[in-house]
Amino acid sequence: MNEILEKIKSKYEITDVLQKRDDLLFFSIGKKLLVDILNYLKELEGFTHLIMLSSVDWLEENKFQLTYILNHPVNKYDIAIRVDIDRDNPVMDSIHHLWIHAQTDQREIKELFGIDFPGSPGVNDDFVLEDWDDIPPMRRDFDTLKYATDNFFPREGRKSYDTKEYMKSKLYPDQG
Amino acid sequence: MFNIKEDRSKFPTMKDDGTLDFDLDSQKYVKIWQGPNHPGVTGNMALELTVSGDEVIKSKTHVGYLYRAFEKLMERRKFIQCFPICIRMCVPEPDINEYLLAASVEELGGIEVPEMAEWLRTLVLEMARVTILLRGVPGQGGTMSLGMGVQWGVYIRDLMLDRFEELTGGRVYHMYIAPGGVRGLLPSGFKERMEEVLKKIDEFVVDIDNLMFSNAVFKKRTKGVGVIEKDWIDKYSVVGPNARAAGIMRDVRKDYPYLKYDKLDFEPHTEKDSDIYARSRVRWHDLQASVDLIRQIMAKMPEKGEIRAKTPNVLHWKIPKGETYKRIESSRGEYGFYMVTDGTEYPRRINLRGPSYNSAMVLLEKILVNANISDVSSLMVSLATCPPEIER
Repeated sequence: MNEILEKIKSKYEITDVLQKRDDLLFFSIGKKLLVDILNYLKELEGFTHLIMLSSVDWLEENKFQLTYILNHPVNKYDIAIRVDIDRDNPVMDSIHHLWIHAQTDQREIKELFGIDFPGSPGVNDDFVLEDWDDIPPMRRDFDTLKYATDNFFPREGRKSYDTKEYMKSKLYPDQG
Repeated sequence: MFNIKEDRSKFPTMKDDGTLDFDLDSQKYVKIWQGPNHPGVTGNMALELTVSGDEVIKSKTHVGYLYRAFEKLMERRKFIQCFPICIRMCVPEPDINEYLLAASVEELGGIEVPEMAEWLRTLVLEMARVTILLRGVPGQGGTMSLGMGVQWGVYIRDLMLDRFEELTGGRVYHMYIAPGGVRGLLPSGFKERMEEVLKKIDEFVVDIDNLMFSNAVFKKRTKGVGVIEKDWIDKYSVVGPNARAAGIMRDVRKDYPYLKYDKLDFEPHTEKDSDIYARSRVRWHDLQASVDLIRQIMAKMPEKGEIRAKTPNVLHWKIPKGETYKRIESSRGEYGFYMVTDGTEYPRRINLRGPSYNSAMVLLEKILVNANISDVSSLMVSLATCPPEIER
């Protein structure tokens, strides 16, 4: 399926092209061109099925990566488009007008990663969390242990061990 | 289907922005909740229904009752430690998660799986499909108080779980598929004992046909109810049996053959009507196809062979930076894992996408409008919703 890649290359500026499998192509594109390329792939090239919209937190590089995976049901081909977003200003254009179910993905990403999609229906509603008052929990800098120790208290009669020391004492008791 | 000439004056009008204009204080409309109690076949999920008389005018799906942050937990664990977590993301069908995690790790880590292991994986995945369909097919009757089929199904499902137990050691969670292959060969006499169970399923399939699909009440309550139009398939990304019931062939086993499915002879069933009856019928045919596939696999698979490729020490296995998307045909349709690795011993991100994510949220909200309140549970079960895969 190099034809579709050539077509895309002639129309859009794409980077980091990776042909992962015969039927799976990855590439990155600028934030402003995303809705345009999705519209083009859906309406003119037959990529009518949006499989998923996922988000990855690259804390070290101070960016979020959004991945839109599209599928061509006739040619049996997948395209995954990556978009990088600045971590300090996490806002992205909504695509609910192209695929109505993308609003669920966007609502989930808003809650778990804190990336806003202005205009997406119900994007500010609670998805799985209720009255959450900390930073979005799927971010890499969210400290799960600190949250648990701050909000919950240890149950009476339960001991906790340092895993390494405990295994050592159980498995090799002679070595002290 | 719906008589558009009937008097609609008691129903609310629509505002310009597409939302309904109704006042709950007018006493014409009542808000009731279905759930979040566990209804038996699906998981905990709540439907906030606004009804007028016995007709639903608006529905909103609420999830979050099962959220255990599996995807977050997996980011903090080594790849081998992710297996006990990922299987809990869809309880009645755990093997698909095992396979997807193992296959993603193998693809990114560059491991080739031996042929014998691929045959055993195919066998276990088909056994899992039979196990969930034995409960899912009669479960559609269960939503209409036709509980007898469910009890028959649970009995035969138990026999299938016995086969799982002797093969893998576990009944519900199997942990049989591991990176590089599988954990064991078939025990001696397994094929004969499996054949006995398959014969019982053959009888069960005929019984279900008589009990449900020839039943006048079942037909009256399912035909023409909950129709998914053909153009919704792409609009809402409907997959698997729900799409096949609308006459659109969507089956990952045929479209993107994985494991040994290209060496097996089967044809997924399609229907045209796209109502609850058609969806049940597709699942009923799927059950028979899976039984046939198990027979084919056991006849074609080699007797012996290597079952596990050599992998690095799984406790210190660093997988190179990369990303991939792997998919599989679950009993409900396309089910996929998007995995990102960053060169460390831990996954950077694992994202699961199950078919319920779309069908239980936007699609269910859409087809519940104008449904009778007594059909709500049937419609929910006919889409085969599985809330744990919405909130991972």
